[in-house]
Amino acid sequence: MADPEIKSYEPLHESRSAAVTESGPVRVTLTIVTLVFLGVFLLLPLIIVFKEAFAKGVGAYFESLSDADTRSAIRLTLLVAAISVPLNLVFGLSAAWAIAKFEFKGKAFLTTLIDLPFSVSPVISGLVYVLLFGAQGLLGAWLKAHGIQILFAVPGIVLATVFVTFPFVARELIPLMQEQGNGDEEAALSLGASGWQAFWYVTLPNVKWGLLYGMLLCNARAMGEFGAVSVVSGHIRGLTNTMPLHVEILYNEYNAVGAFAVASLLAGLALVTLVLKTLLEMRYGAELAATRGH
Amino acid sequence: MEVRVVNVRKEFERFPALHDVSLDIRSGELIALLGPSGSGKTTLLRLIAGLERPTKGAIFFGDEDASQKSIQERNVGFVFQHYALFRHMTVADNIGFGLKVRHRAARPSAQEIRRRAMELLDLVQLTGLEKRYPAQLSGGQRQRVALARAMAIEPKVLLLDEPFGALDAQVRRELRRWLREIHDRTGHTTVFVTHDQEEALELADRVVVMSQGRIEQVGTADDIYDTPNSPFVYSFIGESSSLPVKVENGEVWIADRPIGLQAPHAPSGEAVLHFRPHDVDLLDGCSGCIAGTVAASRRVAGTRRVELEIGGERQRVEIELPVDHPAAQKSRVAFRPRRWKLFPAA
Ligand SMILES: Nc1ncnc2c1ncn2[C@@H]1O[C@H](COP(=O)(O)OP(=O)(O)OP(=O)(O)O)[C@@H](O)[C@H]1O
Ligand SMILES: [Mg+2]
Repeated sequence: MADPEIKSYEPLHESRSAAVTESGPVRVTLTIVTLVFLGVFLLLPLIIVFKEAFAKGVGAYFESLSDADTRSAIRLTLLVAAISVPLNLVFGLSAAWAIAKFEFKGKAFLTTLIDLPFSVSPVISGLVYVLLFGAQGLLGAWLKAHGIQILFAVPGIVLATVFVTFPFVARELIPLMQEQGNGDEEAALSLGASGWQAFWYVTLPNVKWGLLYGMLLCNARAMGEFGAVSVVSGHIRGLTNTMPLHVEILYNEYNAVGAFAVASLLAGLALVTLVLKTLLEMRYGAELAATRGH
Repeated sequence: MEVRVVNVRKEFERFPALHDVSLDIRSGELIALLGPSGSGKTTLLRLIAGLERPTKGAIFFGDEDASQKSIQERNVGFVFQHYALFRHMTVADNIGFGLKVRHRAARPSAQEIRRRAMELLDLVQLTGLEKRYPAQLSGGQRQRVALARAMAIEPKVLLLDEPFGALDAQVRRELRRWLREIHDRTGHTTVFVTHDQEEALELADRVVVMSQGRIEQVGTADDIYDTPNSPFVYSFIGESSSLPVKVENGEVWIADRPIGLQAPHAPSGEAVLHFRPHDVDLLDGCSGCIAGTVAASRRVAGTRRVELEIGGERQRVEIELPVDHPAAQKSRVAFRPRRWKLFPAA
């Protein structure tokens, strides 16, 4: 149809967006559906967590947080995060370095392997450690003979957490390092820097925001992990309970204030992570890789 | 510092990027590696720098075999095609980097490093920009910072990979003159890669023409332009025309006619005649010349390019005429190359 009118409401620079834009009512409906969904499934639970936590007042809230078992759960969670985040920082950095900067056989396989913890259920990850280190497990007899306790103890919890949070740093850094290539490192070497100096003065600063971003996500997951840790922990109160596990125990004991008080700490952690993550994305969006949102 | 490349071969996963390349670079010389894309220029430069190891052969710096030395030990200044400036460091920190990473014993004090950086910044005419970050500089300014950074380590050899590749024509010409000046002032042995023949011929003391992983010819601009030693160099440098010919008893023939060129040392048989389109004598009569029908005629700046069809096989060649030459109006033109060269038929 050669209707001359058509031109007037299809100016060139808008034609692309005009073609994909829905009509007004559809847009409004979609927006409302999204908002309602977010409200019911995300915001409401968050509010309830804090409401329940403070249901018997501020005093009860702090009292339940100062309970010995709760304090021990908080300490354990902090300890696990303090061990597993730096470990995965080193692992993730080495893996990303190897994959992004070198050519070798089996590289594609290694890349897939790094993603494995994302694709298997955390419970399975935990079970693998039981099969490996449990009394009937592959290394069980040997460990027992040498008096080493891994399962139902802190080492097992750390191992399970490290496994589950392994991909965060590596996946953030691989695309970033691949994009940056070897040029800067070669320049540093040609100027006389040692390999270590090139890494410290050039590679690391080039990826520092991506690294921070990966660590942030890694930390949030390390503190919040339930499935894998639940399998290997043994739920010994005051000894091998992390915060998420402790929440469950308290809740099962009908201690709503206690459970939600601990849960509120985890929720607070999530909120802080979210804010920092958003800030990082806003300021250094261009420097972060295109792998957001895991 | 004199650099000698001796019988170097370089393979990437069995793919030969360089075959048996040898080259002597004189101390203090400004030398250009010129060749089409993929001819191995960057590979040769990286081998000299130590960013790659030769599959075979050796590279000498002076009398020392440098092939087994690491890039740090070689002390070369390398300027990368895309500059590779450290984006999180200021211009001054970029320039001072090579001094800062030295061993404690050889490392100058922080003030001394800063002083050197300012001095070099002066040399590359960027005084006052020391606090900027690379992202805040223009392409030409980044290029100069990259050069200053490479010179800060007082390199034995300066290697530049397409130093002006990413810049526009105007800036290129400016920087070209400026690089020559800096070279004359500092006297570093300098190797630079380019695929711009004008740049190579104008700037370099000697030009190395490369093709498909081999060095075709090494010489001054005059050598390369006036006496190319292979069909490739003939056609790669400047304009050239070629015609299949026959040599018989020291005379050059096209089809059944001698064209008046004597080649007493050429073996009899098939050959290819190369000449420059502008380097021809136009003839009136034709007893011993190349004659052809005008197929097309184009005005190119101050001259006229005429495309001629020669002989029964209608081979096309181009020659250049003065704009007002009467031959341009004719339908048949006869000429004889003034300077020419025969190469065996491929
Ligand atoms: N790291 C590498 N792995 C595999 N092949 C390579 C590698 N580097 C270079 N080559 C190959 O070696 C040949 C020469 O490459 P080189 O980079 O030296 O060319 P060049 O003359 O610098 O070309 P250009 O003008 O396009 O930069 C090319 O065919 C290229 O594909
Ligand atoms: Mg190149």
